[in-house]
This record gives sequence, C-alpha cells and structure tokens, in this order.
Amino acid sequence: MRYIPHTEDDVARMLRVVGKPSVASLFDHIPERLRAKRPLDIAPLDEARLLAHLGELGAKSRPAVGVTEREGAALSFLGAGLTSHHVPTAVDMMLMRSEWYTSYTPYQPEVSQGTLTAIFEFQTMVSELYGLGLANASMYDGATAAAEALMMAERLTGKHKSLLSYALHPHYTDTIYTYLRSQHGHEAEGYAPCVSFGKDGRVDQGQLSAALSAGDVGCVVVQSPNFFGVVEDVAAIAKLAHDAGALLVVANAEPLAFGVLQSPGAVGADIAVGEGIGLAIPPSLGGPGVGLFAARPEYVRQLPGRLVGETTDKDGRRGYVLTLATREQHIRREKATSNICTNQGLIALAFTIHMSLLGRRGFTELARINLSLSEHAKSVLTKVPGVSLAFTGATFNEFTLALPRNAFDVVKALAERGIYAGVSSRAAGLYRAETPPSTGGTKLVAPDDRWLTLAVTERHDRSTIDRLAAALTEVLR
Amino acid sequence: MSDRRIPEVHPVDTLNLLHTEKLIFEQGAPGRSGASLPPLDVPAIDPASLFGSMARTEAPLLPEVSEVEVTRHFTRLSRWNYAIDIGLYPLGSCTMKYNPKVNERTARMPGFAGVHPMQLESTMQGALELMWRLEQCLIELTGFQRVTLQPAAGAHGELCGIMMVRAYHTARGKSPKKVLIPDSAHGTNPATCAANGLEVVGLKTGADGIIDLESVKAAIAAHPNDIAGIMITNPSTLGLFEEHLGEIADLVHEAGGLVYMDGANFNALLGKVRPGASGVDVMHINLHKTFTTPHGGGGPGSGVVGVGERLVPFLPTPIVEPLADGGEGYRLDYDRPQSIGRMRSFFGNFGMFVRAYTYMRELGGEGLTKATEMAVLNANYVRALLSDVYSLAYDKPSMHEVVFTDKRLKKETGVQTLDVAKRLIDFGYHPPTIYFPLPAVTGGAGALMIEPTETEAPETLEHFCAAMRAIAVEAIADPSIAKSAPLNTAMRRLDETKAARNPKLRWTPTT
Amino acid sequence: MSNEYPEGLRYTKEHEWARIDSSSGANLVTIGITGFAVESLGDITQVDLPKEGETISKDQVFGTVESVKAVSDLFAPCSGKVVKVNDPLSDSPENVNDDPYDEGWMIQLEVTDLAEINALMDAAAYQAFLKDQ
Repeated sequence: MRYIPHTEDDVARMLRVVGKPSVASLFDHIPERLRAKRPLDIAPLDEARLLAHLGELGAKSRPAVGVTEREGAALSFLGAGLTSHHVPTAVDMMLMRSEWYTSYTPYQPEVSQGTLTAIFEFQTMVSELYGLGLANASMYDGATAAAEALMMAERLTGKHKSLLSYALHPHYTDTIYTYLRSQHGHEAEGYAPCVSFGKDGRVDQGQLSAALSAGDVGCVVVQSPNFFGVVEDVAAIAKLAHDAGALLVVANAEPLAFGVLQSPGAVGADIAVGEGIGLAIPPSLGGPGVGLFAARPEYVRQLPGRLVGETTDKDGRRGYVLTLATREQHIRREKATSNICTNQGLIALAFTIHMSLLGRRGFTELARINLSLSEHAKSVLTKVPGVSLAFTGATFNEFTLALPRNAFDVVKALAERGIYAGVSSRAAGLYRAETPPSTGGTKLVAPDDRWLTLAVTERHDRSTIDRLAAALTEVLR
Repeated sequence: MSDRRIPEVHPVDTLNLLHTEKLIFEQGAPGRSGASLPPLDVPAIDPASLFGSMARTEAPLLPEVSEVEVTRHFTRLSRWNYAIDIGLYPLGSCTMKYNPKVNERTARMPGFAGVHPMQLESTMQGALELMWRLEQCLIELTGFQRVTLQPAAGAHGELCGIMMVRAYHTARGKSPKKVLIPDSAHGTNPATCAANGLEVVGLKTGADGIIDLESVKAAIAAHPNDIAGIMITNPSTLGLFEEHLGEIADLVHEAGGLVYMDGANFNALLGKVRPGASGVDVMHINLHKTFTTPHGGGGPGSGVVGVGERLVPFLPTPIVEPLADGGEGYRLDYDRPQSIGRMRSFFGNFGMFVRAYTYMRELGGEGLTKATEMAVLNANYVRALLSDVYSLAYDKPSMHEVVFTDKRLKKETGVQTLDVAKRLIDFGYHPPTIYFPLPAVTGGAGALMIEPTETEAPETLEHFCAAMRAIAVEAIADPSIAKSAPLNTAMRRLDETKAARNPKLRWTPTT
Repeated sequence: MSNEYPEGLRYTKEHEWARIDSSSGANLVTIGITGFAVESLGDITQVDLPKEGETISKDQVFGTVESVKAVSDLFAPCSGKVVKVNDPLSDSPENVNDDPYDEGWMIQLEVTDLAEINALMDAAAYQAFLKDQ
C-alpha cells in the first residue's frame, strides 16, 4: 500500500509503545451498535489498471476543449456562464508545483508567504477588473458570490427585498433563491422578484423603476454582459437603484469583457461579483470555479470571505497576513458575515498567473480579438436563412440567435456533426417556462425556445465560424 | 533616466533565504507582455463604435511582464510555502494526508477536464458515470441512501445539510427553531444555523470530553416541540469518539429533530462506522480531507453530503440517475419538486470528484479501512511519545488526532501554544492546529491539536516528537527563545495588529 | 499597580468601568473598559459603539471591541440615553490600549437613576473579584 508506510514490524512496535494488544483494540471503545456490520465492498486497482479504468470512463464523454478535434474534441461554441479561453501551459505547470497544491490555508504566515502574496495580487487584479477598491480572496463560484453579495447588501441597507434581472444566469437566480429560502423560508421568492428584459435584451428600465418606486428595495442584481450576452446599461440602472435607496450588485460570468467595457465600479456598481474559471483552468464540468467578489472599500466590515492584508514582520520587512478575520465564522460564530471558511485558493492562483501573463496589453488585446470574432460570427450566422439576432443590444463575445425552429433540436443535430453550437435557454436546468420565478406583479416573458446563445472566442477563427454557419444551414434546411 | 542603468543592489531570493521578492505589479516594463495571442483574420472592431460611453478607455492596471518573469515570480513565491510534499503537516481536524500524484493525472484527462457543463448529457456520459460511481462508493462508506456532490466545500455542505433539515420540517408543517451544538464545535456550525434562521442551544462538554447525555436531555426538555436537530462532530474536534451518539440520536429523533453529523473527521471511521446506519440523518464529508484531493493553499475543496431516507426528497438539484427503462447510461434529474434547489452553478467541484474517486478505487475497501487504522495508530503513537511532557486535554482514547494543552508548560515557563507552534517552524515542521477548541473546553488553556494521518511513517513522527520535546525542555531553560520564534525563517513574526488597524488590501502604484 | 484601577470609579463583573459626573446638573456617566479587560484582549483593532441619542438598558450589549482574533461584547453597566460617543476611537482604537480610563473612554450616558451605578463594585471590591478569577 504505497501511501501507507507502516510495515508489520512498525505496527507491532508502535502498539507496544501505545500499550494496546492489537490494531482492532484501538477501536474497542466504539459501542457495538455504532460499529460497521461488514467490511467495505470496494475493489482496489493498481496504478496501471486505475489509469485504464479512468481513461475508459473519460473516453465516454466528448470534450469541448483541451485536446484537438482530431483527438476527439468537438468544435465548441458553449458559453452560458463558462466561456473557456485558452489557458497557457505555464499556468498548469505552476499549479502542479507541490508547494502550491499541497499547502493549506495560510494560517501560519511565516511559512505561507507564497500563498498570501499571491492572494494579495489576486485581490488587486479583481479590484482592478471590476473597478472597485476592495476585493476578497475569492468565493466558491459566481453563483454563490452573487447570493453572498445580495445578503451583504441586505445587511448594509437593512432592507430585505431585492430585485433580480430576469436575464441573470438562471443558476445564479436559483442559487440566490436557495440562499434566500434558508433565511426567509418558502416565501423567499417574494423577497426577490425578477424584472424582465426588453427587445434590446436589456433590463426593462420602466419595469425596474416601477418596482423600485415603493422604496423598500435594498438591492438590485443585474448581470452584464447578461445571460444572453447583452451588455447592460449599468450606469442607468445604477442611477435608478441609488435614487431609490438601493445598492447595485453587478454579476458577471466573463471578466474578459472588462478589457473593452467600463468596469462595473466605474459606472456605479456598489458590489461586483463574477466567475473566473474560464480564464483559469479547463472547464472540468464547471467546477472548481473561482468566485470573484469586489465592493466599495467602505463596506469592508460586511464583506464575506477571507482577506489578505499587507503588514511588516518584526524586522520591518513587508509581508502578508490573513486579516480582519473577526468578520468570519471561526471567531464570530453565529454572528459571522457568512459561514464560508476557505477560498478557492488554487483556482484563484491560476487566474492570477494567467492575468499576469496576459498583462495590461494582452488582456485588452484578447478582449478585442474576442469582440471582433464575435461580431464577425454574428454577421456570418445571420446570413443563414431564417436566422436572426434575438436582441438589438450590443454584446461582447456571447450573443443570442433566434432560429427558425426549436434551438434544442438544432443543438442535438449539430452535436451529431461534432459541433457544440451553444445553449438553448430552455435546456434542462436553465429557464423553466412552466415555473417562472416570482414576478412581483410585473410581466415576465419566458425565453423563446428558438433562442440559441453562443460564445465566440480566440479559440475560433474565420474558418471555424464558417463551418458552424455551413452546418447550421444544413441542419435548418 | 539614463540609457545606461546600474540600479541599487537588490539581492534576489533565488536560494529561498531572503525575502526580497517584489510584487508582480512592481516588476517588468510598460508594454511588456507574456501573452500568446492568435492573429485576427476578421475585421477588427473598435469597442467605442459598439459601446459608446460604455467602452473602457483605460486598460486595467495589470502587470507588464514576460512569461519568464511570471514563471520565476511564482516559482520563487511557491518556495515560501510549507506543503505536504515538503514535510509533516499535522494540522488537527484538517487531515493533511499525502495527495497522490496519480489523482492529478486522471483529473487532467481530456475526457474529464475538457468537458463543458452545458454539453448535451449524451456527450458527457463518462463524467456522469464517474459521479454516479463516486456516489456509490460514498454510500458504501457511509451507509446513507443518497449523496449530493454539489456543495463546494465543507461549510457549503453544512449549509446544504441544514437547509435540507429545515425543508424537512417545513414539509411536515413544522418550524422548530433550536439546534443543539456542543461547545467544542467548529465555528461553521453556529454560523450555518444563523444562516438558516435557526438558534443555537449550546451543549456543555462533559468531564470526559465528550457530549454528556444528561445535557442533551436537559436541552431537549427546555425546548419542547422546538428541536430542529443536533449538529455533532464525530470524532469531535478533540479527537474523541462520541460514544453516546446512538442514544443521542434516539433522544433527538423522539423530540422530532434530525441528527446532523459533521464529517470533517471521517478519516477516523472508514470501514469502522457507517453513520447512515447508526442513526445519523445527514452528514457532510470533506473530499479534500479524507479522500486526498489537494488543499490547494485553501481550496478548492468539496463538501459532499450524504442523507438518509427522510431527506432524499430535499436533495439539491440536479442529481445523477441511471437511465430509466434499462437503458445504458446516466441522466441529470431536475424534476424534484421538494428539492431545496441549487447550491451553486453547474454540478459541483467535478475536478475533485475525479481525484477522490481515483483514490478510493486505488485503495479499495480494505485499503481505506487500513488508512483509518493507521491514522488512529499514528495519533495514539504521538500521544504516547508526548504525554509525559505536554498535558493531555482529556484522558479518553484518541481517534485520528490527539489534543494537548499548554497548561503545565505555560504555568512552569510562560511559554504558550502559539510560541510552541512558532518554534516548531524553526525545527522544520508546520505547526499543529492551535487554540481552536473554545476556552470552555480546555479550561482556558491553549490547545495543540495534532493529526498525523496514516501517510506518515513512525520515524517521521518520532523526529517530530523529538522536536516537540526539545521545545519543552528549551522552554524551561530559556523561555525567550520560543517567545521570539521563528528565528530561522526568511520572515519573522508578522504584525497582525497593524494589518487589522490600517487595512491595506490591494496594491496601489506609488506614483 | 494601584492606578490600574482608579479610585472613584465603579466596576462591573464584565470588566467595564463607570464614572459619575453630576457637575452640569444632569447625571452623566462615562463608560469604558478596565485595565484587566485591555490586558486580556490584547491589541484592540476596532471599537463599535452605539449612536448618540440611542437608549440602552442595563446589561444590554451596547457595542463590541475587537482584537485580531477575538470579538467581545460590551455590556451596559446601567440604563440611560447615549449623549456622547468617543468618535476618535473608530480611527484610533489603540487609545483603549494606551489609556483605558481617559482617552480610551467609550460612551457617555445620561442616567435618571444612579442607584444602578452605586450598586456596582468599587476599586477594592473589583480587585478582590479579579483575585478570585
């Protein structure tokens, strides 16, 4: 047993020192009624067979990225909360260093300066991208970060009603409702009704200002670019929210957008949250991700999650420590700002390394490449007979097409041709027309089942976009 | 600035002796980049033409460095971290066991790492099958009916578990508010209750260190018809087995409550106790503790949750099910009307599932049982080698970890747990968990919680204990040494008060 | 050591002190934490206090003091209306460590009934209480 070093002699000697007759006797004090009644039934495998077994399991899926099409990958235009970018080899090589992946939470700063310094750099980057002066060491993912942001806004305003954009990623909406139900019971949805979007794909500002008019709303949550890829008018929404005494939370599943778009903080967001997995590691079925969380600095005492701060050591050298921990569960227990313990350390590190490699210039250029390819794809795909844009609003690297028939059927047909064409917003686990979220009296129009949302990135080029267009033409014929 | 530049001397920390590394933002030169970007073969779009005033005018302040500089910076930083692959990491209740290399290889297989969560289910069958198989292994280990893999960490699993407890009561038209929690519990337990609108009723640890049956009876009697459940960590954070668990479960069930077990210390029970068959209704397990997925400097973890029959309808959506009608393959079931809903986006920390499953299949049932046996033997061995020098918190048999207090040492020398911890660093060891049990539990004394895990050889433990003993002896001769430790690190004790009084939480350019 | 617990102040078992000032006619009571409290808390990093005008009642939690690794509740030694708050503490919490009985005061209450205060321990009784701890 290669991970357990004990020889028979070791065990015998140790038992003599411990003063026990047998290994079994170490468990004698466990009462009979609590003991397992039979041995475990899990078959062991040696490394070669283990790799073969896992390899066979892996071969039963067709990956979207990570290998070339010749090696079995599909041509993927999937986004919908996870837009996979090319992550340079240097990132994963660094993650495989034992000092990073086999270390723990930096409780002892004298032997954890690596992790602490990297988190400080991560906080700085998130703060820069979202344009807010404060960022934490990361949350589990974008959805839980959004839920925590809403609860933080409730604490700050003392108001327990929020408004959610209906164009917020449905997983984020669902997660928010799950968290709210834990606070308010099964009436939770009444605490956070949705506001619809208009023909431009943006939040309906008329509906929003009507819903805000009573002054009882503590927080407005919108996503930009939103689930359909459309860029929201964050500045206008921020003004409406602030005039009504509410805070604005901007969620974002594609931080790269802020290479070409004003950051949420620059246009009025009070809290900005997002998901960094697409810029950090391969998609890995969506997890582990890394939740990005930024806020105005004056809200620091209500911030959930870990924070690293700068200080000095006994000899005056600059160093980093976990700080302001009195907000957290291990000290404040039931009065903590959240029950979260850790961050997503290793994925935050991957994000930090990739951001460092891209740098100021590369980040902006990558964003422009995404934007240009996406605009090109729009013009090519809308030439396919029967296909048009679902919305008039401007987009970044993700957009929504209106197809002439059910998008899910089209997605299936294209998958058979080796193309993952995008996501039908009515696919399982997304928008459920039969059980829409709470409307709070406003009118919600469920997404059309002919809508297809797709992402175009630097992984694509003119020829792959042409291939999609050709296949789509064929399938729709 | 002159073209010919000779800067001031700034020694570089290539030998891991100095602490001179600049932040990545302070390195490089304007215009430099480590990016590898494709040429654009379509027309370039000007953001301002599309977004107008919403277009960004100034690039975010990211570093301007080459790949060489990035690689060196993060390599040098890494060398300031202690890590399991460097040495013993005996953090109590954290189960810092060896992280097998083969896990890293399987998790990176394209058929796992490359799968996008929004692919059609028919194209991700291998991933769904792995989730199903992992769940079956966990069911075999725990005796539960089902296991949700969705929660992202232990605390998240706890949140999920208590949400299900609450949904269970609500579905029965009840809304009990009280949760019994022993005073030795981890801080997440009360924080989780608060997040669910539930109130904590504290249980005092008995004189023998485990939950006293009478205090449970009294707490239940004091809150008739208002007991939502109990949260028990077993083995407890003191490394002791809660021997009255069966009777406690009976009492709580009779009072209409459910039993939550915090499975953070499940590494002590593999093959020995199946909580789902012992009266526990719901339990989270940290895949990053018991099942060797790496801790990654503080995440990602995975806090899967097992439930008994009563809570199955309330599991988060979706869950993986075999195809109906005898078809081969798996599907995601979203149609669960009583579900608490979704805990996060997508399906959980899948990368951790691959690693944990790889580990379980390598060891098999017998190997996993042996892991627990050697983990418990190791803890008891450390106990036997140190209990004449350090005070034992409790005299009961230890499970996977042993807890000492600084009672005697502090009285005789003034040296406290924090000093012992910092001095251990000088001897080349990561300190154990310190202070974590509340003062109520250890009579105000500081605590050292040592969890060696099964992957450490006896010689390693002997060397560690020799260092622990040397620190105690040295403290008697000269307590000032431990008090100013660490002495051999590139960084000395850091000023945490300064960090908290004047928070500086991001880098800002000096110009 | 005697000046660690000034005469003339009243002390609580929760380690707060109270000083009565009736010179202006009204019964004003200034409240802070004792040298013992400061010693056991260590370096204080944050003080959260109520707002002026709030009414608090005896034994109620009226604020918190934080050190790096602990949060402690502040319990009101008597009932009354908050008339003054030591605002500089929000920027300089170290004043509590440096000078707990003067610059480190926390709030001033206007009190109708001084009986609650007079029932508290005097310096000698408090020191005896500490010895028993």
